[in-house]
Parts: sequence; C-alpha cells; structure tokens
Amino acid sequence: MYLEITYQREPATDLGYLLHKHPERVHTFALSYGHAHVFYPEVSETRCTAVLLMELDPVKLVRGRGPHGSGFALDQYVNDRPYVASSFFSVALSQVYSSALAGRSSERPELVEQAVPLEARLPVLSASGGCERVRRLFAPLGYEVEVAPLPLDEAYPEWGNSPYVQLTLRGTVRLKDLLSHLYVLIPAIDHEKHYWVGEDEVAKLLRHGEEWLPQHPEREWITMRYLKYQRRLADQALAKWSESSALEEGGEEQVEKPQRLNDIRLQTVAQLLRESGASRILDLGCGEGKLLRLLASERRFAKLAGMDVSIEALRRARERLPEEVELFQGSLLYRDERLQGFEAVSLVEVIEHIEPDRLPLLEQLVFGELGPATVIVTTPNREYNDLFEGLEEGKFRHHDHRFEWTRAQFAEWAEPLAKRNGYTVSFHPVGPLDEAVGAPTQLALFRKEIEA
Amino acid sequence: MMKSREGEEVTRMQWKIPECALVVLIGASGSGKSTFARRVFKETEVLSSDFFRAMVSDDEGDQSASSAAFELLHQVAAKRLERKRLTVIDATNVHADGRKELIALAKKYHMIPVAFVMNMAESVCYEHNAMRERKLPSHVIKRQHQALKRSLRNLKKEGFRYIYKAHEPKELMQVEIVRERLWVDKRDETGPFDIIGDVHGCYAELVELLTQLGYRVVDKEDKVHVEPPVGRKAIFLGDLVDRGPDSPSVLRLVMSMVESGAALCVPGNHDVKLLKKLDGRNVQVKHGLEVTLAQLDKEPPEWIEEVRNFLRGLVSHYVLDEGRLVVAHAGMKEEYQGRASGVIRDFALYGETTGEIDAFGLPVRLNWAESYRGSATVVYGHTPIPEPTWLNRTLNIDTGCVFGGKLTALRYPENELVSVAAKQVYAEPVRPLEASPAVSNSHRDEMRIDVQDVLTDRIQTRLLRRPVHIRKEQSAAALETMSRFAIDPKWLIYLPPTMSPSETSEQPGYLEHPEEAFGYYAQRGVKQVICEEKHMGSRAVVIACRDKETAVNRFDVADAGWGVIYTRTGRRFFEDASVEQAILERLQQAITRAGLWDELQTDWMCLDCELMPWSAKAQELIRQQYALVGAASRQALAGAVSLLKQAAAAGRGVEELLSRFQEKQENSREFVAAYRRYSWRVNDLNDYKLAPFHLLATEGRVYTDRDHLWHMETIGRICREDTGVLMATRYLVVNVENSDEVEAATAWWLEMTESGGEGMVVKPLSFIAANGKGLLQPAVKCRGREYLRLIYGPDYTEEANLTRLRNRSLKQKRSLALREFALGLEGLMRFVDREPLHRVHACAFGVMALESEPVDPRL
Repeated sequence: MYLEITYQREPATDLGYLLHKHPERVHTFALSYGHAHVFYPEVSETRCTAVLLMELDPVKLVRGRGPHGSGFALDQYVNDRPYVASSFFSVALSQVYSSALAGRSSERPELVEQAVPLEARLPVLSASGGCERVRRLFAPLGYEVEVAPLPLDEAYPEWGNSPYVQLTLRGTVRLKDLLSHLYVLIPAIDHEKHYWVGEDEVAKLLRHGEEWLPQHPEREWITMRYLKYQRRLADQALAKWSESSALEEGGEEQVEKPQRLNDIRLQTVAQLLRESGASRILDLGCGEGKLLRLLASERRFAKLAGMDVSIEALRRARERLPEEVELFQGSLLYRDERLQGFEAVSLVEVIEHIEPDRLPLLEQLVFGELGPATVIVTTPNREYNDLFEGLEEGKFRHHDHRFEWTRAQFAEWAEPLAKRNGYTVSFHPVGPLDEAVGAPTQLALFRKEIEA
Repeated sequence: MMKSREGEEVTRMQWKIPECALVVLIGASGSGKSTFARRVFKETEVLSSDFFRAMVSDDEGDQSASSAAFELLHQVAAKRLERKRLTVIDATNVHADGRKELIALAKKYHMIPVAFVMNMAESVCYEHNAMRERKLPSHVIKRQHQALKRSLRNLKKEGFRYIYKAHEPKELMQVEIVRERLWVDKRDETGPFDIIGDVHGCYAELVELLTQLGYRVVDKEDKVHVEPPVGRKAIFLGDLVDRGPDSPSVLRLVMSMVESGAALCVPGNHDVKLLKKLDGRNVQVKHGLEVTLAQLDKEPPEWIEEVRNFLRGLVSHYVLDEGRLVVAHAGMKEEYQGRASGVIRDFALYGETTGEIDAFGLPVRLNWAESYRGSATVVYGHTPIPEPTWLNRTLNIDTGCVFGGKLTALRYPENELVSVAAKQVYAEPVRPLEASPAVSNSHRDEMRIDVQDVLTDRIQTRLLRRPVHIRKEQSAAALETMSRFAIDPKWLIYLPPTMSPSETSEQPGYLEHPEEAFGYYAQRGVKQVICEEKHMGSRAVVIACRDKETAVNRFDVADAGWGVIYTRTGRRFFEDASVEQAILERLQQAITRAGLWDELQTDWMCLDCELMPWSAKAQELIRQQYALVGAASRQALAGAVSLLKQAAAAGRGVEELLSRFQEKQENSREFVAAYRRYSWRVNDLNDYKLAPFHLLATEGRVYTDRDHLWHMETIGRICREDTGVLMATRYLVVNVENSDEVEAATAWWLEMTESGGEGMVVKPLSFIAANGKGLLQPAVKCRGREYLRLIYGPDYTEEANLTRLRNRSLKQKRSLALREFALGLEGLMRFVDREPLHRVHACAFGVMALESEPVDPRL
C-alpha cells in the first residue's frame, strides 16, 4: 500500500521540506508490524512526487483481520491488509509524516499555513459504500475527486467489481489538512481497525478532525465509523463539537422505526401469555432473552425458562435475566426431558430457521410430547416483504431463514397440525396492518382443546 | 436362637441374604455391630456413621456432626444402591424414623431391605463401652436399649424383608453370611434360546411353532413331553392363557417344559389375573378370562392346584446370557433389570402406562422402549403389533396370534424370527391391530434421539483402547452446528476425520515435502504406503442407493431419492437438490454397470470423496477472500513497482526495495493463478467431477479390512463406467525402504504440484495401521508449494517467512485426526451392525464436537 503526493508549485522540491523527507534519499522507518519507506519517483522544480510505501510483514500480521470478518479460518494469513489503505496505513502516515501532520516545518514555516496545489493518490481503498460514498466524504472538503472501481478478477468478468476503489484527490489545500483528512477518513472508510478502539481514539479524532469535521455534512457517519459504532464514544465526540448535534437517545435502533417491530412482537406475545393463565412458561429459541425479560418481573409466572441452541445468545441472556429464570442449551432436533412441565410454550421467530423437513419433528416434540395448554408461534408474513424498502424481491429477511410463509401457507401448516394434536388455532397480525398484504409478522395462538 | 424368613428352618449360623440388599445393622452402642461388619462384609460395603462423622469433623464421636454425617452417608448409600451394590449401614438405627429413611432409599432403587438386630444384654454394651477410649454416658446406652426393645416388634411392618437377630456376642461370632442370587438373575444361562410371544391359548399354533423350531412334541393323553433341540431352551413371555381355544393344553405343555428344564417362563398380566381368580380373589371376569375359566371347568382340581403353584412361582423377568438378554412380558427398563420389587413386577406385567384411557377404553401406554438406552437386548410381548421391529435393542414379538395374526418366536442369539400364522381369528381385538400405538407412531418418530445421548462425555470405540473424551464446550458447539446446519441424523452415519500434514520440511523453498511423509511411516515400521493424488475440490461424503426405496427402507428417510451428498461438517453439499440427485443417479448407474451391487450384496454404499470444482462449494470463499486479495494485491503492487522503477531510473537507490516488490508482484501473480486453477465454470453436469477414494461401507460391512489398493481398484471399476462425472484418483504404491521407489514418488509429486496440483496423501497400504504404541495416522497430506500460497498467503515462500513458518506443531492435529478417525469408523460399524440410531449418531456428533477444537487452520 502506498500514498502518492504530488506538489506542483515552483519550486516543487519544497515538498521535501514540507514532509521533512529529503527527495534524493530513500527513508525507511521500522513499524511494529513491518516497515514504511518514503521515496521520490519524480523530483523537479515544477513537479515533485513523494511516495509513502508501507511494507507489512505478513507473518507478524497474525492479529489483523480480513475485510469482512467472515469467519474465514485463514483470515489471518490470507488477507488484503498489506495492499489496501487501512488503519495500519493511517498509523504509518501519522508516524512517518508526524511533523507535516502537525503543521511543523522549520525551513518553510509560512508554506505550512498556505493552501497549495496538491494531488494525492491511493491505489486501493476498501470502500464498501461504493464510489458515491467516497465522493461524498471528500468533495465537501474542497477536492476534485476521481474514484474508479476495481474489477474482482478480470478473468471472471461475471464476478463484477470488487469493493475496492482507486482514489485521486486534487485540490488547493494545506498539506497538514490533506494528511489529517486522510488520517481520519481512511480507517473510517475501511472500517477494520487493527487495534482496540477506546477512549484515546476519541481524543485522536477530536485532535485531527477539530478543524473540519464539525462542519462536515457526513460527520455522524464518519464519527460512528471511525469509532467502530461504539455509540458511547461517538456521542462523546459529537457532543464535544456541538451540543445540538448529539444524537438522540435510542442508538442504532433509532435509524429503523419509531417503534421497532420486534418490540411490538414481543409485547404481543407477552400479553397473550398473560391472558393464557399459564404460570409456567417455556420460551423455545429464547435468543438473548428479550421476551423472558418482559415477563420476568411478573408474579403471575411461577416458572420461566428459555432454551436456545446458541451458547453465545444464552450467555447474553444470562446477563440480562434474573437468576430464577432457567436457561439451558438445547435443540428442537433432540428429545429433552428438561422441556417437560410447562403450561405455555412460545416460539417467537423460530420456525423459519428450521428446515421444512424437520418441522414434523417440532410438531411431535412441542404438540405431541409436551402438549402444553398454550402454544404461541410467530413467523414473518412473506406477503409484507414487498413493503420493506431495501429488501430485494424474492429474498428473505434474514440469511438464515429457511422459508418465509404467506398467510395462507402459515394457515396450511397450522390448521391441520392443530387438528391432529387436539388444539384450536387462531391467527393474529402483529405490527402495522396493510389492507392488501397484512401485517409484517403473523402469529398463531394454539389452545389445547379441553376434553369433555 | 435364630430366626429366618417366614419361619423356615435354616442351617444354624447361616444368614442368607439377597445379593442386592441394603443391610441395616440395628443395635445400641457397644453391641458389636462394627466388629461383626468388619468380619463378614467387604470394607467398602460398610458405611458407618462414625466414619462419616470423622470425615466431616475429624472426630467420630462428635455428635454435633451427626446430621451432616448422615446426609453424606445417605448420598453414598444411594450411589451404591443405584449401582446395585450390597450396602451395609453401620449405625445404631434404633429409631424407627431413621430406619424409615433407609427403607425408602432401598425401595427407590429396588433393593431389598434387610435387618440385622444385635439385641445384646445391656451389660454387654456397658462392658464394651468401658473399654473404649471415648466413653458414652451410660444413660445414652440405656436410652438406645429402650428404643431397640420398642423397635423389635415392628421391623417386618416397617418393610424389612429379611430379619435376623442375635442375642449374645458368642452367637454373632458364629454367623456366616450367605449371599443368594435373586430369582431374576440367570446370567449363567447363556442359551441359545427360542423366545416365544403371547400364546393366549393358541395350542395348535404353539405346537406347530415349536416343531418348526426343531422341538419334538409328544402329546399323549394328559401327558405332554417336549424334547428341545440339543442345547436349546424355550422362553415363554407370558399371557399363556385367555381368549384362545385351549388354554389348559398350553398350560400343560409349558408347565411340563419348565419342569423338565426345557423352558423358562415369565408371567403375563392374564396369567396373574387367572391366578388371582383361582386364589379366590375378586377379579373382573372379562377380556377372555371367562373363556379360560370355562375350559378349566373340565379339569380335575388337583391339576388346577398344580396350575396355581406354577403361576405363583413365576418370576417377573429374567436377566440371561451374562446380562446381555432380558425377557419380560411387557418389557423392562434398564434401571429395573435384575432387581426385584412390586413396582418392577408391575412394570413387567403391564409396562408403563400414563393412567389415561384411550378411545378404545385401553390404557394409554408410554413407550419405554423409545427411551431405552440399556446395553442388554430386551425381548417382550404384551402389545400386539403386525410386525416386530427393533427399537433401541428392544423387540416386541407379540404378533397377535389370538387375534388372527401370527405366533412369533425369536431365535437368540441368531436374532432370527420364526412365525406361524393363526389358524383363525379367535377373538376380535379391542383396538384394531394396525392402530396400536407402536404402529401409529410412524417409525420415523420413534427414532428420536435424546439430547443426553449426544451430550455424553466419552465414547468408546473399537479402534482405540481408551474412550474418546468430549468436553462440555465441545458438545455445546456441536449441538449448535448439528441443529442449525447438519442434514438429517439418519443420513449422518459417518463424518470424515481431519488430516494432518507431513512434518515440516527443512528443504529450501518448501514447507512440506514427500520425504517427511514417507519418513513418518518408515520410522513406525510401515513398509508399504500408497500415495494418492489430492484433488483440489471439497470433501464430500456420498451415500449412494441402489434404488429409491433404499432410502426409506434402510435409512428411514422419506423422499430422499438416490441418496445424499454431504460435506465434512455434515451439511448438504448442494443447495440445489436436482444437481445432487443427478450426480447420484449417474453414480448409481455406474455402480450398476460395474456389477458391484450384487457383488457386494448391498443396496447402498458409503463413499468418501472429493468433489470438484472447488468453486462448486467454495464460490463465496473464492470471491470474497481469494479474488479480493488478488485484486488488491495486483493493483497495489503494480503501482508500487512502477513508481519504484521510476525512482530507480532517477538513481535514488531504491533497487533493493524494487526487487523485493517485484518478487511480491510475482507472488501475487502465482497466488491468483493458484485460485484460478481450482475454480472452473459449471455449465452442465459433466463439469462436476466426483472422485471417490474410500469405499467405506455397504450393507453389513465396513471395509477397514481391505487395503487401499482394493479401495482404489474397486472404485476404479466404478469410475471407468462414467468418465463424465466420475474421476478416478491417480495413485502409486511405494515401498518406503526402497530409495528408487521413494525417488520416483517424489518426482511424481513434484511434477503434479508444479503443474498446479494440490499435492498428495500418503497412507499406509492397510486401511488401519498400528504399531506397539497404538494407532498410526491413517493418512498424512503433503501439499504442493504453489497450493500452499492459498493457505499461508502469497508471500510465504520468501525464505525469511518460511523460516518462521516452519515453527509449527502437528501434535494436536494428529491427536484429533486419530480420535476422529476412530469415531467416524465406529459410527459406520454401529450402523452396519444395526445399532440404535442414537448410538450411530453419537459418533458423528463426537466428530463434530472434536472439530470445534481450535487448531491452526493452516495445517
């Protein structure tokens, strides 16, 4: 990875003074994860180019992560970090060009404060937001922006473009501003920090962004990305700049709907459980325990339990739930004695994560063997998907969904099932109701028929 | 002065007790309990309150520690009783409420409470007490004595089944303990047996069945004699009487066989009800009892008396053949086997019921067999079913003869079924046979696995001496992967093991080289190895079926077509089922043309394969990881090199830097070339290549006894039949002691890897290889220099990097490989042995659990 800076005002060799690097020499600096070199491919009175070339040591890099954090096991060894503009590069920049970044020059102190014609080139920038996003970040800072996407592999044109772009910036700016723009925006765009983001990152952001970030139309996006979406840190930074610009309460969720569908869903299920008269409740697929938390404080429930297959979800659930709520790892694939003895069982957004050919097993387990008085099942209503912006047609709402049903399909499953197992079933829409396609979530309430 | 059970006279000084007893010593302090217990019982059998007091307080006389001590004592006793160990409670036990707890404990585990009473004179106790270091106040002993006296009368009522008493120390000295086996324990009878289901008075069918089984039945007048085939013995599962045409003759025959030692018999609920009636007790005369009573009317009273004695003497169930076989009328849970109690007797007679009544007015039965996990085979009857089906090592052989079905026998240990059809319908079933619960629950439902089956911490395999241990967090991880992503457990009879690379090579430019692979086996005494080309695809396990019925009949999976293809983590290989089925159909046709279905006498085949192209399964990986790194490196390095060239031309001393970056650029080109080689476009089925390399198993067999040459040749025969979609694997057999052969194999490897091949796998020629120290690696891989760029990154070949990368440890990987190898094959062996599904599944689950262990992914 490298950064090319070209200075085109006579005497262009002044760039050497501005950068504190003599144009005729190669300068090499040791970094904790490799080396950085500065050299000048072009030096003349009219035009001078300095290159900061970073050479990452791939073996030392084992703590770096790939661009997608995809769980790819070889992430640490096969990754793009040596080749793209990343936080590694920002750190190198701040170390190698520290004086220039701070606006210090003993030889040309007046030049440091002048806006001068500069051109900067980054060959590879990992820009998941695409060219437009990059343009929106740099254009407000006064640059003429040239962004070009790179193909993934020219041998496979059908694979399309990579998330990488090549970036050229031209403008009349102070060098120290150019460097601080890059210092802040490179990791914000790349979004993979190789080190832990903590309080001192806020200080760095405040220092390097002080003069331009408060006015930047994208300042919230930049702040959030730079601080890796750590709301608390981002609020600190934003609050520093302007009392009014601090985000309202609510975090990321606020980006979505005023009242989130999930909350409505859980409240609906909680209410039905209260009305069911059951005192022993089992939430199958309890996840992080949000439903159980709604119920936990209520006296009417003598026993609350949650089962989930994910250890990680259960760990988080344990943190948010009182001790009396029993939590255990289990699966609807296996017979399990711990599931016995509950009067109501809820399956909130669970069935769509199960392969359709396994649903009979679920039926046998929940309705056949456990046979509680009440069973509540919720699942997405596929018909409503058309109303979701940004959801491609034919796609599911979540990548792990094995199916999403229309209201008719849901009924087709639930009604014969209820009959086979001696239940009655009623259906309830959950969430804003659309006349044509119904509500986003559909809920089936099963009640065991009382034998005469 | 000794007394025995029911006043029966026993040899003086012999106290007979059942083997599964809880012996409660009762006597005041100083009555000689501990001395006696030490003499006649094993040290570990005796739980003394003094000992537990000392354990919790360091002072055996510390009365304040008593409640803690008894709590512990009860816990230890419970664990022993659960394991059917004779246990002796050495405490004063003079108070009824203390004894009550102990009796409850014995009952809970179906052990027999026995009381040994040390009813010594007070003076004896004072004398002993006086000799002790820590003397008890005399009023304490006096009180204990009084309590003992009060207890004596009620011991029987309290529930002690055997009560022995001694009044003098001298007497106690002469007592000898005789341990008796329970009636149910016939472990030393090893058969072979012919186990016969519910007869219900169907005499003609019984005679026919016995004859078919090779018994000679001589029925003259009132005398029946049956001569069994040499060495064999019949076992009747009860319900000899009621409903059928000739219950008296059936009784006569069975009684004569039992008397002559030609048969064993356990009671059925109908037999017991008949006994009650004959004993004059009030029972409802229905469900066929009325028929039997009418038939018995014609019999002489002396014989009726014999019938009563016979029925009274029947024992609830039998444990036979060293504990491998259990017979009972309605089944027997594992925890009841070989024990005796009222609860167990009821279970043997009626099975487990919910207490509810079904639409036909019959009790709703719980299917104990579904959750049965015992190691003994249980053969039972009681519930009529159309066809016997094995379920978790249990088999119901009541095929409803009296209802017009058939009378069935199981030959044990051959496990062959022999049946005789009913000559007519003697009684109408209350509930239609087809609708009995065992059948209406589809077979599929009965195959459910309990979560406790998979969350076990150890699995014993045939290949490793020690069991494979599974840690809690490993099984938790496997539970998640298995539930969320894996295919139906019924298909998952095998998961392949991980494979270790060869030891790290020291040769310049190489991380792996054949030298070390051959060295591994040579050093461990293996001469012949086979080198197999390692295809660059994805591991695929294939279960190929001969026809579409096999999936249902053998694997119990409906609508499964020609079988299944799954990945090494148990996921379905193809999202598109039509591609999977098309490949399987081609494979099935090739196996048919090769004539292997008949030759191997099988309807299915389990194959270990590599499926290409790599991009078929790893498309996302290639695009999101490899192509990405390729694109970024190409662009960045091209720019850097061009700028460095410019600087070099201007004489700025960047030559060294330039050459280094040119090398990186070259590495990046090789890296891109490497991943491109393994991804090709798939336009039609023939663009897929399936390369099997192990023919793991077919019906009844796991081919671990055949060497790899047989596997290669047999698979080669299949591949020849369809070169479009099947690919034979190139291989070379090498004698590792012959340097020419080693050299030739090394050259072969170099040639393959330099033209882009992934490398090769070196295996001992025999499928399973071991030396004195144990099992050897079943295979080690030796990967090519270029291929390894995809694993270690584009620049790994730079010598400075190689030096550091050579520091890698294979120990954990190899240990995992062995355990997973053993588990994988164990699963197959259990499957071909037709073991219960949960036993097969536990092995695949174990492999998955071990695979959650973090290991260097580059190995």
